[in-house]
Amino acid sequence: MSLIIDHIDLSFDTVQALRQVDFEVQDGELFGLIGPDGAGKSTLFRIMASLLVPDGGRCLMHGHDVVNEYREVRKIIGYMPGRFSLYMDLSVEENLAFYARVFGTTVEENYDLIRDVYEQIAPFKKRLAGKLSGGMKQKLALSCALIHRPEILILDEPTTGVDAVSRREFWDMLKKIQKEGITIVVSTPYMDEAEMCDRVALIQKGRLLEITDPSVPSRSDGTALFSLRSHKGVYAYLEKVRNLEACKHAWLFGDQLHVTLQSERDADHVKSIIDGWGDPTLEWERIIPSIEDRFMGLIEQESGEQGINGEIV
Amino acid sequence: MEAREHIIEVKDMVKKFGSFTANDHLSFHVERGEIFGFLGANGAGKTTAMRILCGLSYPTSGEIRVVGHDVYRERERIKRKIGYMSQKFSLYEDLTVSENIHLYAGIYGLGRKQIAVREEQLLERLGLAHVRNRLIREIPLGWKQKLAFSVAIFHQPAIVFLDEPTGGVDPITRRQFWEMIHDATDEGITVFVTTHYMDEAEYCDRVSIMVDGRIDALDTPAALKQQYESVNMNEVFLKLARS
Repeated sequence: MSLIIDHIDLSFDTVQALRQVDFEVQDGELFGLIGPDGAGKSTLFRIMASLLVPDGGRCLMHGHDVVNEYREVRKIIGYMPGRFSLYMDLSVEENLAFYARVFGTTVEENYDLIRDVYEQIAPFKKRLAGKLSGGMKQKLALSCALIHRPEILILDEPTTGVDAVSRREFWDMLKKIQKEGITIVVSTPYMDEAEMCDRVALIQKGRLLEITDPSVPSRSDGTALFSLRSHKGVYAYLEKVRNLEACKHAWLFGDQLHVTLQSERDADHVKSIIDGWGDPTLEWERIIPSIEDRFMGLIEQESGEQGINGEIV
Repeated sequence: MEAREHIIEVKDMVKKFGSFTANDHLSFHVERGEIFGFLGANGAGKTTAMRILCGLSYPTSGEIRVVGHDVYRERERIKRKIGYMSQKFSLYEDLTVSENIHLYAGIYGLGRKQIAVREEQLLERLGLAHVRNRLIREIPLGWKQKLAFSVAIFHQPAIVFLDEPTGGVDPITRRQFWEMIHDATDEGITVFVTTHYMDEAEYCDRVSIMVDGRIDALDTPAALKQQYESVNMNEVFLKLARS
């Protein structure tokens, strides 16, 4: 087992940042941690990186305890914090050389591993890191985190604020790194990225809601999910659908509404009501839930009718 | 269809920084009351264009009118008629909810009585009356975003500019935020929005996609998906921005 998180608790003053967080990551797995800001993702990463000591529970990285064996842990992990830990007043190549030396290696020794990533920024190797665009900083930070060929790579929101094209490229790079046999734990606020992981943990308010394989999604509460589309746009139908007695939840979802019903038996009845609305372009069909639907279902269960806004600190 | 008023009119807008052309002859318009999605990769030139439209920076050349005013000569008039919100900066963390409302409303020249009345309505509508005297830093991010948006349209601007407004919140809070955006357009406010969430592009009436300083595509999401033979806006974006 690459990584064991064993019932971790951590509080800051009165805020319980992590509550009984418990999961394991397999060797060579690409494991995602999905949740909004404030869910506790970064706190958990800092524990994995041996930078924070939990109040209770254990965290083992390849069998090494992050508290008692932090020196071992630091040798075998690569950590890319949310705000990239680059030296902005060093150049691209100086940053890389610095990280290599800190870990007792050279850029040449593991160049194979970072070649794909680093060659995209190599034309700018004399430029100060502080003068790079967001996408280039991200690639340099990844190169620095990989330069000592870690066994476990932990990436805290590497794609936040990055455009859709760069995000896609970044995930392609992660897939290649995974093929090198490196275990990866990565957090993201983008639900579509969850689909790229082998397994994802959904985390909210310091608690693990569930761990799921994104390739076999379903509503966790077992309710059926329906979509409504119209050529005229669906926003105009949102209140109408919510006002249906049979409707449990309805949300905008791209160019559709995603609707869950009180009971699956209501589906035909709802269809007949919608047919009566006089818009021949309306399409009502049962659909397979995505990971985002699943997460939304869990939030609805947690917090009743209200969307969660978190708690007052 | 009746032609709607162009609340933003941009002809041949160019912005250069030295030898670098950040905006390369942009021409487009935004119609009153629509949700206009302004998409593009990092570094494509969105922020530069948005700063010009907000009256914060001069273009190098081009003819640009915002709410009927010229961006060269009438910047102060433009600033009074627009609202702005970004994820990175919006509210003062060390002021309370109520203090932030009064600060922004005061900056936009609203009177004391007017502020008092609208503040009550706003806090009531958002369900935030019980936290009016709490510091912004003490309230959850989802509430902050909803409040920041409400404050940005508190003076009932003609247009509100939203620069990546929804980062970091859970998927339900993000959708509630978009419902607020739709409600604002029902009140006649035009919305100009940038985002990296491609599903949010679907919520816009029209979407422009910037690549390397130019607008490479501009149409309704449905028409763009058809034109680029894509099932969703993410695919459209990847096809355009990668080519």
